[in-house]
Amino acid sequence: MGSSTLSLQIAGLSLDYPGMLASGVLGYSAESMFRVIEGGAGAVVTKSVSLQPRCGYANPTVVQVKSGLINAMGLPNPGIQVYAEEIRRSKTLIRQPLIVSIFGYSAEEYAVVAGKAVAAGADALELNVSCPHVKQTGSEIGQNAALLFEVVKTVKATVKVPVFVKLSPNVTDIVHLASTAVDAGADALTAVNTLRAIAINVETTRPILNNIKGGLSGPAMKNVALRCVYDIREKLANIPIVGCGGISSWQDAVEFFLAGASAVQIGTAIAFDSPKVFQTINQGIETYLKKKHLRSVNEIVGLSHH
Amino acid sequence: MKLSDYLITKTNTLRTTNIIDVKTESLSVKTYTFKDKQCAKAKPGQFLMLWIPGIDEIPLSILNTTTEKGIISVAVKNVGNATQHLHNMNPGATIGIRGPFGNSFTQNHGNILLIGGGTGTVPLIFLAKNLSNKTKKITFITGAKTKNELLFMDQLSNVCQEKNNLIATTNDGTYGLQCLVTEPLATLLNQEKFDAIYTCGPEVMVKKIFELTQKHKLPLEASLERLMRCGMGLCGSCVIGKYRVCRDGTVFNEEQLNEIKEELGTSKLNFSGNKIPI
Ligand SMILES: Cc1cc2nc3c(=O)[nH]c(=O)nc-3n(C[C@H](O)[C@H](O)[C@H](O)COP(=O)(O)OP(=O)(O)OC[C@H]3O[C@@H](n4cnc5c(N)ncnc54)[C@H](O)[C@@H]3O)c2cc1C
Ligand SMILES: Cc1cc2nc3c(=O)[nH]c(=O)nc-3n(C[C@H](O)[C@H](O)[C@H](O)COP(=O)(O)O)c2cc1C
Repeated sequence: MGSSTLSLQIAGLSLDYPGMLASGVLGYSAESMFRVIEGGAGAVVTKSVSLQPRCGYANPTVVQVKSGLINAMGLPNPGIQVYAEEIRRSKTLIRQPLIVSIFGYSAEEYAVVAGKAVAAGADALELNVSCPHVKQTGSEIGQNAALLFEVVKTVKATVKVPVFVKLSPNVTDIVHLASTAVDAGADALTAVNTLRAIAINVETTRPILNNIKGGLSGPAMKNVALRCVYDIREKLANIPIVGCGGISSWQDAVEFFLAGASAVQIGTAIAFDSPKVFQTINQGIETYLKKKHLRSVNEIVGLSHH
Repeated sequence: MKLSDYLITKTNTLRTTNIIDVKTESLSVKTYTFKDKQCAKAKPGQFLMLWIPGIDEIPLSILNTTTEKGIISVAVKNVGNATQHLHNMNPGATIGIRGPFGNSFTQNHGNILLIGGGTGTVPLIFLAKNLSNKTKKITFITGAKTKNELLFMDQLSNVCQEKNNLIATTNDGTYGLQCLVTEPLATLLNQEKFDAIYTCGPEVMVKKIFELTQKHKLPLEASLERLMRCGMGLCGSCVIGKYRVCRDGTVFNEEQLNEIKEELGTSKLNFSGNKIPI
């Protein structure tokens, strides 16, 4: 049971704790997502799922750099037909909100996957319009206002559950795209996906990732993600924001709340710590709130905008 | 440990090194020796990720270490694209290394039994060598389809001190007993009391061994293989039940094996994350 200090409502979902599992991390199976819930997460976001299965790229798919990782997994997933069964199994195991991340190559495809995910039991959807390393989907949609509008609008017309739109930081004006998503009907925004990046090995003179380029995550990107949340909150005061990018301590999480996020997502920190990283962060936030004589996380959301 | 300490950990940082030596062990297996200080500190049961530049990065068990010299070796069976490329590489060629990853075998003493199949003998040889001067007795059962696929017989007989403690089985009877490794195992379990049992190899074999040892209420540690990508417990490619094989394993004890017995030897995730039969 969540303490009332840490529990919150976001886009109609009730979370016992403010941290969610970020998409693409351990999200294949019901059991591993359940383990993250046991570790103190308030909700889980699944792996990004598409209409057809994808094998992803050959290794190396993840490379460690200073203070972060660069990954180009290539959106491996078994396709919604097969994954629907995992969603059903997850719903029997997990009581907390299950947010299914989806992607497609057209607005229609997003809508088909959305419909199937909701039919299988998804409590909410997160539209991956921000993966930086797969062609014709992800950030190629999220960086194009017209396409983004069409995708969000089509999905919203298909399903009744809350729709989160996960934004790309690899844009000139994130606020413009955020407001496009909101105009198209987004119920919440997740900010942000990974930063487009490359790692090169000096001995072999080769890029290390098989896909050459990938997305930077972890502490290295934290202050960029934080700035994205701050910018969005400044211009769009009413849309709930889920902060994501490089969070690994309670201080990081609190910074995101202060910038304007109502909840946070954590991915990379799980690799360097464990699924219990959520518990540690929860305790830290709780102590901080007590010290400040505050009763809920909600009271610090956006507080840095003086 | 603080997160920042993990982030600069040398374990996960890719290092390049040159192959020092290549030795042919059988028609399909070659042993590669190279320098890597980090992996030279590995414990039996741990694995590394080996980068074949421009081709792939694959998980391999650590066969041997000379910690003081920072030298290690791995044994590689040619089964597909990456391993074929590796088999074409000669001393001097540059490879990349990450690791060591995963937990390791608990080093128990007393009367020890090890059962290895195929390249699954690799981590067990490393373990047996570590245990050999600390334990009372080591018995090793090794199995292969045919005689020239039996691996490291000379090293194994060294480790097993007494000749009859090394039991070899082949499917075609070209060497040793003509049967599966589980047959001599069943006999031994009825005759002797073992303090620790370790296994690694084809998962159908591991599952049978698990069932046999359970019947005798004996402890077991098994090292499992799953598809591996990140190697650090993040991407989820290697999950079995609630466990990440790369991070929570690769070595699982009988209690954990019991928790995952539905999937053990039955199903695994393929590259798209779909559960397929083994
Ligand atoms: C922890 C661990 C330790 C291993 N230790 C050894 C060892 O000591 N010696 C040895 O010869 N082999 C070992 N393997 C198996 C080795 O990693 C695969 O044979 C190798 O990756 C095959 O690559 P390929 O491109 O040649 O073959 P492919 O044609 O790509 O694949 C052949 C088969 O190898 C397996 N495989 C392919 N890629 C991977 C991957 N990234 N991770 C896991 N399995 C894969 C799959 O089952 C596949 O069906 C180990 C595997 C794991 C998980
Ligand atoms: C290995 C890995 C796989 C990822 N896969 C996905 C994915 O499938 N869909 C998605 O929307 N984001 C994916 N991401 C991005 C994360 O969800 C998150 O936005 C990003 O990593 C920043 O958060 P972090 O620093 O806490 O990891 C992935 C990240 C990593 C490291």
